[in-house]
Parts: sequence; C-alpha cells; structure tokens
Amino acid sequence: MNTLTDTLTVTFKLNSKPVALAVPPLTTLRSALREHLHLHATKAGCGQGGCGSCTVLVNGEPTLSCLLPVALVEGQEVTTLEGISSYGSLHPLQEAFYEHFAAQCGYCTSGMILTAKALLERNPHPSREEIAEALSGNMCRCTGYLPIVEAIEDAARKMEEGQ
Amino acid sequence: MKQLGIVGQSVRRTDGIGHVTGTTRYVDDVFYPNMLWLKMVRSPVARGIIHSVDTSQAEAFPGVAAVITARDVPNNWYTILGLIGIGPNDEPVLADSEVMYEGEPICAIVAESEEIACEAASLVRVEIEEQEPVLDLEYALSPQAPAIKKWGNNTYMYDGMDHRQVRFGNIEAAFAQADHIIEGSYQMSPIEHVPMETHVCVVNPEGDGRLTVHTNTQALYFSLDNTAIILKMPTHRLHFIGGTVGGGFGGKVDVITEPITCIAAMKTGRAVKWRWTREEEFRRSSTRAGAKIEFRDAVMNDGRIIGRKVRSLQDAGAYHRHSPYGLQKHMANVAGPYNIPNVWIDAYCVYTNRQPASAMRGFGVTEASFAVEVQMEKIARTIGIDSWEIRMVNAYRNGQMRAIRKVVEDATLVETIKAAADLVGYELPAHLRAMHSNDYTREDNDQSHGEGAPRHDR
Repeated sequence: MNTLTDTLTVTFKLNSKPVALAVPPLTTLRSALREHLHLHATKAGCGQGGCGSCTVLVNGEPTLSCLLPVALVEGQEVTTLEGISSYGSLHPLQEAFYEHFAAQCGYCTSGMILTAKALLERNPHPSREEIAEALSGNMCRCTGYLPIVEAIEDAARKMEEGQ
Repeated sequence: MKQLGIVGQSVRRTDGIGHVTGTTRYVDDVFYPNMLWLKMVRSPVARGIIHSVDTSQAEAFPGVAAVITARDVPNNWYTILGLIGIGPNDEPVLADSEVMYEGEPICAIVAESEEIACEAASLVRVEIEEQEPVLDLEYALSPQAPAIKKWGNNTYMYDGMDHRQVRFGNIEAAFAQADHIIEGSYQMSPIEHVPMETHVCVVNPEGDGRLTVHTNTQALYFSLDNTAIILKMPTHRLHFIGGTVGGGFGGKVDVITEPITCIAAMKTGRAVKWRWTREEEFRRSSTRAGAKIEFRDAVMNDGRIIGRKVRSLQDAGAYHRHSPYGLQKHMANVAGPYNIPNVWIDAYCVYTNRQPASAMRGFGVTEASFAVEVQMEKIARTIGIDSWEIRMVNAYRNGQMRAIRKVVEDATLVETIKAAADLVGYELPAHLRAMHSNDYTREDNDQSHGEGAPRHDR
C-alpha cells in the first residue's frame, strides 16, 4: 500500500450523523475533519499531541485528533465543537466562555470547551484543582487560565440550576 | 458627573461568539479547491557556503508541482525595515550563495499534499561547505571572530558607528563624587513567542491576474508593501486579506511566508497553502533578542543615582529584521524611568549565526526594564534603603531633561508607585507619600546634584 496515494474508506458517527470518507491510510482524525470534511472548529496547534488545540470527543472522552489515525474511529462516535450547539443557542460552556472573556485569540477555545464538557459530564461539581487537572493538556497563550477556569465553574453552576 | 456609556462598563468581544462556536475563520481554515501545499528545505548548518542545490529528484517525485529556488524570486531581499531606512539589505528571501543560520530557507517544494511535499523536500541535495559559526555576543565583538557581515564586522552600523551612543552630563565627574559605585551585569536568553497558531499563508491566483493572499500577519499593509517590493509587482495586483490572528505577540510581523507562497501560486497557477509546523515555529521563526546589559552606577547615600554608565549588547541573530530599530528603543529606555543627570550609553546591535531575532512585546524596552529594575533592587540592598524609596527618590518628574534630550511630560511614575503601595496594603512613610510628579523645580535639581549636575552639551 502506498501511504501517499492509496485510500481506504472509514465510516463513523460525527456529531450524531453518519459519515463515510475515503482518505489515505495514515490520515489523522484532525486532517479528516479539517481538510476532508471541512469542519474547522478543531484546530491544528502542534501536530504532536502537545497542545490540546485539536481535542475532540471520541465516545465522550477527550481525544487528541492530531495523533489518532481516522481509521481507528471506524464505528465510533465523534463530537466536535460544531456538534455541541445549534445555531442561535449556545451550550452553557460556550455562553460562559463568552461572558467571562475566556477566549482571546480563540485558537485553544475549541479544545478547552470540549475538555470541559467531558469533565462536567463525569464530575458536575469539580473543584478548581480538578478543573486545572482536567485542562492540564490544553495550552493557552493569550487569555490566561484564570478566566477559563472561572468560565467552567460558572457553567457548572448554571448547568446544575438548569436541571 | 456625566454618565459614561462605555468607560467602566464590561463590553463583550465582537469576535467572542465566533471563538466559542468555532466559526471564526483563521487562515488555516481557508481552503481552495485543487489547492497545493508548500514545504521549505532549510539549511542544516549555522553558517556555510552553498556550492550546489540539486532539486532533480524532488522535481521528478510524483505529485510535485513546482520547486522554487532563489532564481525564482524577482527581488531576492527581505526588505522588512528598508521602508524606514534600515539597511543595507542583508537577508535573502531564499539563500543562494551562503547560509547564516540553521534553518535558513533554501528552496521550496510545492506538491499535491502536505505529505508529498515533505517527502519530496527530503530528496533535495544541498552541498554546503560549513564555516565556523559565531554564536556568542562577546565573541562576536572580539577581534578573533570572523566577520559575518559584508561590511566587515558583526554589528549594525548606525551613521558610520558600530554602536549607538548616548552622552549626557559628565559621567566621570559623577563617579568621582559618588558615595557608592554599584555595578551589575544582566543577561536574557532569546524568547520564542509560541502562538497557538503557527505561521500560515494561502494564496490563490485569480483570473484577472491578481493574487488573493490570506495571511495571519500582524501588520497587513506592511506585508503588502514588502511583498510588492520582493515580487516587483504593483500593489493593485495583490489583494491581502488578514483578520483573526491565533496569537502573535510580535512574532508575525516578519513578512516571512507571503512572498514565497505568492511565487508558488504564480508558478503553478493554483492555490497554495504554506503552514508552518510547530518545530518550525519554535526553531525557525524569529525570537525576542538575547541580551547582555551592564551597568556602572554612581549613587549617593540618600539613594540618588547621579550617574549611570551602560554597555548593552542585543543579539539580532543572523539578520536585521526589526533589531536595529529595537536597539534604538532600547537605547532610549535603558537608563530607566529615572532622573539621572549624567548618563553614558554604548548599545550594540550584534549579529551572530543564530535564528534571527525580531519584534516581541515591547522589544528592546522589556529587556531594559528587566535589567534596570534588578539593578535598582541591587542598589537599594547595597546602600540599605528600601525598594519603594529608591524608586520614588529617583523617579522622573515633569520638566526634567532625559538623557536622550527629551523633557519629561505627563509623568505618572510616583503616582503609580503610590497606587501600587495602596493595592498591596503598604503604608508609605509621610515623606514619600508627599511626593508627586510635579514637585521638581530647576533650582532644586541644580542644588541637589552639585558638581554632577547635567551640562546640556553634546
């Protein structure tokens, strides 16, 4: 098999809808999303699993899409930032990031929000330390981590009130 | 008092919704149908003579659309600050005869995919005769070091001199009069900006002969002008589109991606994207300059600094970029925000075979502030005076003449220090609390400084 020119077909569920695409075999999930499916919320920060910008949820778990060959999500459920809200209605985390100035340049934001979403699903009342621990794989260079942590605390409160 | 509409209010970002929904469009989110990808072949050594560049294997590799070398660049000079008189030009867009730092661009591969471009780039054979690199600031200034610049030394030439000078008052008289002479030497390493988004440029050749250039530059018109000069192309043929930058911090003002990507689009007639890897961003993009700053200060028992002699070296790396300008700002600020009547500064913009330095958040000034404030602390501790008093005694007052012959206006340092003391709950003693930025008169100054008083001659 020629890894540069041959293709294989992968089918999986993306933001609750089935997708199938033919890509070169070593194509990463990140490239599949950005360059083949043109969903651009997932960002390319380092391509080495070091920064968290490309974080997506695979079966609800935060996953570095730059390191994962798309062939390995065959039959799995992938969620990107595009999949957590519909037009005109923001997810509570999105609302909180907006309100708390937790997105300055915005490049890390997609990964931050998805990592936080997975955290709040397994732990609806995280402490500051638990939030910091959950975000330890997501780098930010502009905003600073404090407004991000405060946004997640605020979203957790509002999600509880909303239930 | 009139109610203000915006001041004092919390205003949401105009781009906030785009950021939290992932709909903000960054340059890497721009795709054209049938788009090609670009990869750069870079120098493996810090300094050397290029004997040959053999691109035949890369050109024959399946999926390669074009190979670009120095011969393809109409005006092969980065002219970044040429528009404000920095020169002579010293940095080729693509190296043709010599390389001056590890990672210097030599030739670009344009191919059907990023992976094919990477593979083909590895097939370019560059024959380089390695030369001894100059990697240390002090060594670069020593007579033993090879001259890496065509004009015969390793510094930027300011009006025919190998450094920038400030001469104010009489520094030797200040040392003779001083109760203490306090020296300090401070060094800073180069610093990389590390924006989350690496450098990206996408160029599409349009049917009307124009180029549409999407770039994450921090200085769109600056990039437009310089690209036009490099391409020898009138600006009306270049449609530059900027917008959201995924972090810059000064690291994206170098016009380092647009010219080559334009040439690739013209040569192939297709859209081209050049996206730097994280490794390129760390090791090949410009940095904040490394610096070495030495002080020799004449200080009185009451804390007044009556003389400051500075020798400062800034490491520009291999090429000018923004460093000769950064050193100008440095020179203007390296005596600190203090009223010092006798100042002597020698500041050198030094070239080494390291990755070029350039702009970064207050470049030139930040380095000065770091060194000045550590030195102020050292003075305070040496003569036994507290950290607040040493700064308030010496802080600029309105009406005072700075060493660079500008009269201080709108000074706020004393007031800022008082506000800082309030914020941290520190009770300043009454004599410091009484100070303010308008408490200077010419008579005070002349009496208090005695023999060390400034002579405003050049």
